Amino acid sequence: MSELSVLDSRDLPELFAALQRHGFRVVGPTVRDGAIVYDELVSAADLPVGWSDEQEAAHYRLKRRDDDAVFAYAVGPHSWKRFLHPSSLTLWRARRTAAGVTIETPAEELPRLALFGVRSCDLHAIAVLDRVLLGGPFVDPYYAERRSRAFIVAVNCGHFSPSTCFCVSMGTGPKATFGFDLALTEVFEPGRHVFVVEVGTDEGAEVLRQVPHRAAEPWERAAADRVVETTAARMGRRLETAGLKEALYANLEHPRWDDVAQRCLTCGNCTMVCPTCFCFTVEDRTDLTGTVTERVRRLDVCFTTEFTYTAGKPLRQSARSRYRQWLTHKLGSWLDQFGVSGCVGCGRCITWCPVGIDITEEAAAIRSASELGERTR
Amino acid sequence: MAGRRRKPKLAVWKFASCDGCQLTLLDCEDELLAIAGEFEIAYFLEASRAVVAGPYDLSLVEGSITTPEEVERIREIRRQSRVLVAMGACATAGGIQALRNFADIGEFKRAVYATPEYVRTLEHSLPASAYVPVDFELPGCPPSRVQVLDLLDAFLHGRRPRIPGHSLCIDCKRQGIVCVMVAEGIPCLGPVTRTGCGALCPRYRRGCYGCFGPMETPNTESLSAWFTHRSGLAPERLMPLYRSFNAAASAFQEASARYATPDQARQATETFWARAFAKRENPDGGEQAPADDQG
Repeated sequence: MSELSVLDSRDLPELFAALQRHGFRVVGPTVRDGAIVYDELVSAADLPVGWSDEQEAAHYRLKRRDDDAVFAYAVGPHSWKRFLHPSSLTLWRARRTAAGVTIETPAEELPRLALFGVRSCDLHAIAVLDRVLLGGPFVDPYYAERRSRAFIVAVNCGHFSPSTCFCVSMGTGPKATFGFDLALTEVFEPGRHVFVVEVGTDEGAEVLRQVPHRAAEPWERAAADRVVETTAARMGRRLETAGLKEALYANLEHPRWDDVAQRCLTCGNCTMVCPTCFCFTVEDRTDLTGTVTERVRRLDVCFTTEFTYTAGKPLRQSARSRYRQWLTHKLGSWLDQFGVSGCVGCGRCITWCPVGIDITEEAAAIRSASELGERTR
Repeated sequence: MAGRRRKPKLAVWKFASCDGCQLTLLDCEDELLAIAGEFEIAYFLEASRAVVAGPYDLSLVEGSITTPEEVERIREIRRQSRVLVAMGACATAGGIQALRNFADIGEFKRAVYATPEYVRTLEHSLPASAYVPVDFELPGCPPSRVQVLDLLDAFLHGRRPRIPGHSLCIDCKRQGIVCVMVAEGIPCLGPVTRTGCGALCPRYRRGCYGCFGPMETPNTESLSAWFTHRSGLAPERLMPLYRSFNAAASAFQEASARYATPDQARQATETFWARAFAKRENPDGGEQAPADDQG
């Protein structure tokens, strides 16, 4: 759909109102606790207007800008799995009564969510979750329900983090090319502040119809193109993916795994912030009187020992084996399992690792060893 | 169903401690009636003067073992108890009073008491497990209500209690709390500390103090080196960080020994930084600066 429209920045609240009229609960970026997080937004005033961020390995700082840019930040600590694949979910509740055991499933009507400000890397991450949770023979009904009801307002990346973003090398950005209802490009030039809007679905078109807009001028299309082109051209960090899986498989005993294990805290932050890490565990919670039992699903993390606790002890006891499992799954066996890499180049695991372990650096170290080996063979 | 089974007998014991763990149990106000309904409260002086003789089905032990009499008492309680659970940082790691383990107890006695020869105390404050087999340990100063209740509940239903050993970080992330270390540069023990408190301090933008003791596989060397080289923590502040409520928990004890003096702390963190962070091989076998130095 190449027909582009333009929404004046002053009319952004109208877009919010239109989404809310359609019955959506809008979730998106807002400033809280020193970061740009994703949370419920009541109005456009909750957006991080005039805020940016500075990110490096294990470092994140909010930065004030001297303009009214709305999307001048890179992805923060939260990802959309927070809403689509929640960290805790009560599946059902069993109650013992005089008449026997009854099973209740939480009957709450889920709100329709409008995910506001989804970057291209995160669209790809959602597509990965789709493959994992919807694609196989076993469809996850909890994810399916949330996912099918979600409306997506994507944002093309005009701002990224040079030290942590690497979507270009992953082929996942910076331009949103699929999976959105509406996609915005913020064009911010002296005296002009507009959003170039691309419509992705009929429902997206319907929402846009209720918002003041006009057809994009040629210069505005060009400016929107320039936004993503500039981002793509300036993104220095990269992860070389060609042959990476094979290089990882060939180097399972590489000393680099010991090296990274010295630094790795096995704290699990990387998997928790990863927009595609999907593992969960299921717990049964009883009550003291034995009348009510709840089955709860919680996100789980391959860095805990409990994750591989089998027949008396955990299988992956060393930090080395746990980090290696995470990285080789994410960048290697994920391809065998789901036909796509588990990494979308968002850089969250780099920023939010408390000791700055960088997935691109670790992968490159393993790969270079493999190439050295080939050269000398 | 067959006839009503006998209620299991619950006993709550106090050793060297502040009573906070027992208060955690009493603080379960919504559940107290259910607890009293399901258990026979056989010994719980903080709650009732009524005492029922042993043996006991479930004993919860608060406090550390610090005197010869307490050694005898914990052994007797073990003999009288089918399941014995150590509750809280004192009973599981020796508590704050285990700071004596790092000093000369004779000197303390002479400084504090007019007639130190009357004081019969052990040189070390140790957890219950140092003297008797312990079935489960509930960490924390104080322990978590949720974990205490889950343990009682697990006991009643014959299942394993949930006392996870993973880092506090996972709780922060589950709740969507922004990392205080990454976003504000606050040194936080969360990555080496065990889950349980629900991330109380980070929720209020404070670093974790390690109340729940070391997590299952704590990497204190890496975290400490990051504190001194990246978070701007003075090396001499490392030792006190690890020497608090869980000072005598082995991983924290090792850490505080490693950083015992300012010189040792500086040297240990510098050596570790050089080995693990600063020197990373580049493809040509040389060395490169860490990526985050790019600024």
